Amino acid sequence: MITIQNLTKKYGNQLVLSLEQLDIPKGQSFGLVGNNGAGKTTLFSLMLDLIQPTTGYIINNGVQVNTSEDWKPFTSSFIDESFLIGYLTPEEYFYFIGELRNQNKADVNALLSDFKDFFHGEILGQKKYLRDLSKGNQKKAGIVGSFIGNPEVIILDEPFANLDPTTQIRLKAIIKDLAAKQGVTVLVSSHDLMHVTEVCERIVVLNKGKIVKDIKTSAETLRELENFFSRSPVSIEQE
Amino acid sequence: MGFFAVYMLVSFAGLGVALFFILRKTFPDVDPMLKVSEYMLYWVLIELFFRYFMQKLPVMDIRPLLLYPIKKSSITHYILAKSGLSGYNFLSLFMAVPFSIVLMAEGYPVLNVLAWLFAIIGMVLTINFTNFLINKSDRVLLILGSLILGFYTLEYFNVIPVTQYAGKIFYILYQNPALAFIPLILALSTYFANYKYLKNRLYLDASLKKKAKEAITSDLSWTERFGDIAPFLRLDLKLIWRNKRTKMQVFISLAMILYGLIFYSMDTYGETSTIYLFVGIFMTGIFLSNFGQFIPAWDSEYYGMMMSQNIPLRKYLESKAALISVSIVVMFLLSIPYVYFGWKALAINFSCALYNLGVNVPVILFFGSFNKKRIDLTKSAIGNMQGTSATQFLVLLPLMVVPSLLYFGLKTFISFEAAIGVLSILGITGFALRKTALDKVAEVYRKRKYGMIAGFKEQNS
Repeated sequence: MITIQNLTKKYGNQLVLSLEQLDIPKGQSFGLVGNNGAGKTTLFSLMLDLIQPTTGYIINNGVQVNTSEDWKPFTSSFIDESFLIGYLTPEEYFYFIGELRNQNKADVNALLSDFKDFFHGEILGQKKYLRDLSKGNQKKAGIVGSFIGNPEVIILDEPFANLDPTTQIRLKAIIKDLAAKQGVTVLVSSHDLMHVTEVCERIVVLNKGKIVKDIKTSAETLRELENFFSRSPVSIEQE
Repeated sequence: MGFFAVYMLVSFAGLGVALFFILRKTFPDVDPMLKVSEYMLYWVLIELFFRYFMQKLPVMDIRPLLLYPIKKSSITHYILAKSGLSGYNFLSLFMAVPFSIVLMAEGYPVLNVLAWLFAIIGMVLTINFTNFLINKSDRVLLILGSLILGFYTLEYFNVIPVTQYAGKIFYILYQNPALAFIPLILALSTYFANYKYLKNRLYLDASLKKKAKEAITSDLSWTERFGDIAPFLRLDLKLIWRNKRTKMQVFISLAMILYGLIFYSMDTYGETSTIYLFVGIFMTGIFLSNFGQFIPAWDSEYYGMMMSQNIPLRKYLESKAALISVSIVVMFLLSIPYVYFGWKALAINFSCALYNLGVNVPVILFFGSFNKKRIDLTKSAIGNMQGTSATQFLVLLPLMVVPSLLYFGLKTFISFEAAIGVLSILGITGFALRKTALDKVAEVYRKRKYGMIAGFKEQNS
């Protein structure tokens, strides 16, 4: 579904991302882990054409991301609060996204009704603007917004952060279901090793912009990752 | 807004200088100082009335301070003292200081004038702190409103000459420099009243609570008739109506329809002066320039999302263009009464509206692509220069100066009719070529996309 070739991103002389080759097949739940500054958000921003690659390219379902815009109809994402429109209510926001993705109100309502549990009664019908919701509830709205319009690729940056435990568990089930049953390619980044190992079939570890591990998730994966990240930063670099 | 704020301050200062001479000319046998004193009661009430809407104590800013080892009394003093320096307080001074200087130049006793100015500062501060005390309930607004109306009615029907009585009281302030301490004492006591009130309420669930306004959703389904730009149009309408700064632009624009009166009521210009063309462009295009100059920075908070969504840039721009065009038509309709000053006034305003529609709309959208400065919609509307850069001043050149020059040239060398004819034809041509122009502008936006996204991400720029 997604192919990355010789992708690099430089700011001045600083190389922040350098990926030779990465293939993410359709329907895979893909996890991205790494410390701060490893290049996770940079990679996601490149996938969404929010920044320009220095060299190389990304192909999303046959479309080269930085030359054509045809990847937009089947790709959706939630990166941070800047993906929300603060002066809309959650409902208005969902309908707006729906309109951009050719979904009428009824379609959006049908989708939202599946997320009643996830919202926990704190999002819909509250007569509040998104800017007045708590961080956790903003996140919930943003994540569900990215599910609107049957996307084939969903990119979520740190989706578990700021969520309460109940919602974290529900979100894990939702993501697994999307990938396994509906064939959606889900890309997730996280600092929480436990969550990613539970949700993702495959985990890629980034360090200083380079791939240092590419693991097919198994029972030992969590231990392997914990060992890896508990070593000193210097030894990680020598790997 | 940036341009507008500077303009307002300059006008205030100018009025401060001119006030003395205007009063002396209009009321030759009354001391101008007495005339000013007579209206000071209204000034106090009206300023309180407006501040009620506009000025709030910025208590949210001190939330971070609570976690540090700073005494609550210091925090309270800090925020109250800081409010003393807020821009609102300087607004009146921009008028009072030049007025005082003129008084002294005209031979009024220096000591009295300076003491009077000192008293004014005391009164401004009293208004400042009184506002924080009273703006907690809507009832105060009603009381203020009825006081203003009540006094005016009593005056109008000659029941009680309110201004005369009030004038005498305020005039005493000027006559006896020692009394200048009374406003100071008032300012200090309102300060301490605030201090006592606030100090015991420095808690997150008391005075530092964020007040979430209840969301009012309105049915905007009538926008459907605009076809596929409808979703963006709805978003823009909500943007304007639900954010203070954008909402303010609407009110300013509507009020600016009176701008022309200043020039039309003076007979010094002649019927077809270039100044009237400038006025016409300004009045019919006020929303165009005030709102348009910050496109697309209004959407800067979520521009990254817009660019990763399935959004046709063309439709996005078309919606903004439609909104501005409607504003031009509305402003032109409102300007029709200027026909009172002769049919030429109407003709000028009409050709200005056409020119704005056809030429200035694409021009301002094009210049928008240079905007890279973030605008925080939640910030207040007054004196907010956020998002202002050289672009905002540069854009005034083609927007207002070019048509004025064109008009001046054509009128001088050919005729008035030719001048407004050419401007109208330019406008109509521009309108006819609108589709191509918007395509080109959309192309430029696409090219500059990465710079815009990066710029809009930078906070505090």
